[in-house]
Amino acid sequence: MADAMVASGLPIVCAGIGVGHNGARLLHGIELTVERGACTLILGANGSGKSTLLRVLHGLAAPSGGTIAWGGSAHRPAGQAMVFQRAVLLRRSAAANIRYALDLAGVRGSEADARIDDALTEVGLRALAARSARVLSGGEQQRLALARAWALRPEVLFLDEPTASLDPKASRAVEAIVRGIHARGTTIVMTTHNLAQAKRLATDVVFLQEGRLVEQSPADEFFNAPRTVEAAAFLEGERL
Amino acid sequence: MNAFSESLSLAAGLVAHLDAKLSGIVLLSLRVSLTATALAALVGLPIGAAIAVGRFPGRHALTIVLNSMMGLPPVVVGLVVYLLLSRAGPLGTFGILFTPTAMIVAQTILITPIIAALSRQVVADAWSEYREQLTSLGATTPSAALTLILDTRFALATVLLAGFGRAIAEVGAVMIVGGNIDGVTRVMTTTIALETSKGDLPLALALGIVLIAIVLIVNAVAQYLREWARTRYG
Repeated sequence: MADAMVASGLPIVCAGIGVGHNGARLLHGIELTVERGACTLILGANGSGKSTLLRVLHGLAAPSGGTIAWGGSAHRPAGQAMVFQRAVLLRRSAAANIRYALDLAGVRGSEADARIDDALTEVGLRALAARSARVLSGGEQQRLALARAWALRPEVLFLDEPTASLDPKASRAVEAIVRGIHARGTTIVMTTHNLAQAKRLATDVVFLQEGRLVEQSPADEFFNAPRTVEAAAFLEGERL
Repeated sequence: MNAFSESLSLAAGLVAHLDAKLSGIVLLSLRVSLTATALAALVGLPIGAAIAVGRFPGRHALTIVLNSMMGLPPVVVGLVVYLLLSRAGPLGTFGILFTPTAMIVAQTILITPIIAALSRQVVADAWSEYREQLTSLGATTPSAALTLILDTRFALATVLLAGFGRAIAEVGAVMIVGGNIDGVTRVMTTTIALETSKGDLPLALALGIVLIAIVLIVNAVAQYLREWARTRYG
């Protein structure tokens, strides 16, 4: 979890968020709250605005309308981490990639060593600590990206379709790590278009369609009794 | 044809026996061009990285100017440096005209835009890949630029080799500011020009052989470095 001295960035509250790019409206009037401890899955078809919303929530993209507040502040807080669809790793060893992130966060010395060891053990890459990160397999790279994020002890972890380019075995490994991180109290916000994965991980579901938030519900409710016609149609379509 | 064969044979002999005059000229050429490359790297790499990562007014115009300066005519650079360093010039008090230092200055000016422009492209490509991740991790712009320079070090090493290749093969600027003084500022290219005009083909050919060998070695090293880095670091 984030250091107790660091101001909390939760809840994340979006009020009327809109995002435009080159004349196109990517998000419209998003009203959304991410509560502490949730594992929120953002669902929707390709192009529905999932990744854009995730970037707004993480502070990587600025909304063109509406407001966003992290724990009541308009400034993006420390204590967040993000894992992207394709792991972005530096041309250095697996351990050095984590050390780089910790260094930026001001964590150095024996504390950094301990966190690197713990994070690599957590994702099953301890034996590959000295291996160059970019020659690891796709699944290993994504696990390393998760280890780097986890080493920061984030209050909130954002994941943008982290298993989209992985085979089923590697996907399950990533899911297990995400579950483990969530079990330690980290709030998770993740995009996916994989319903089965959403069912396995989600405590809450946000469903987007064409840049609009159509439904936000507890996961059980969303999958068993969706409130909106659009969500029901999406679930039905996925079942076909 | 016989004269050519004879000159080539004599040239090969000079190279094979490490002729003292030939060695002196080659070593001076390497000293001037390597120093110029190092200085150009110190200036050009940060400029390239800053333009690639920074967001400031005039950035695009600066990129265009930098790219254009890659084609600076060496004789014009030589002329400008000559005017700056001549006795009546603003830097005349340093008294470095017709010295290897003046040649280093000219070559540095000539290749700095090359190194800056090529490194800007290398770092910009990396930035488009890393930008979101580094921003997510909280990297500041200077810190991101430094990270990208380190991460693209092998591609940038190739850029430096390209700069060195341009410097060591250049003749116009060093001829003007060095004066081609025997034993003092005579480098490979200026010697080739002079000896050819005098009809001393063996020495000119010997230097030509060394120059081509250096260029070949530089390119081979660049190629090997790229392939090794791809295998080792991905």
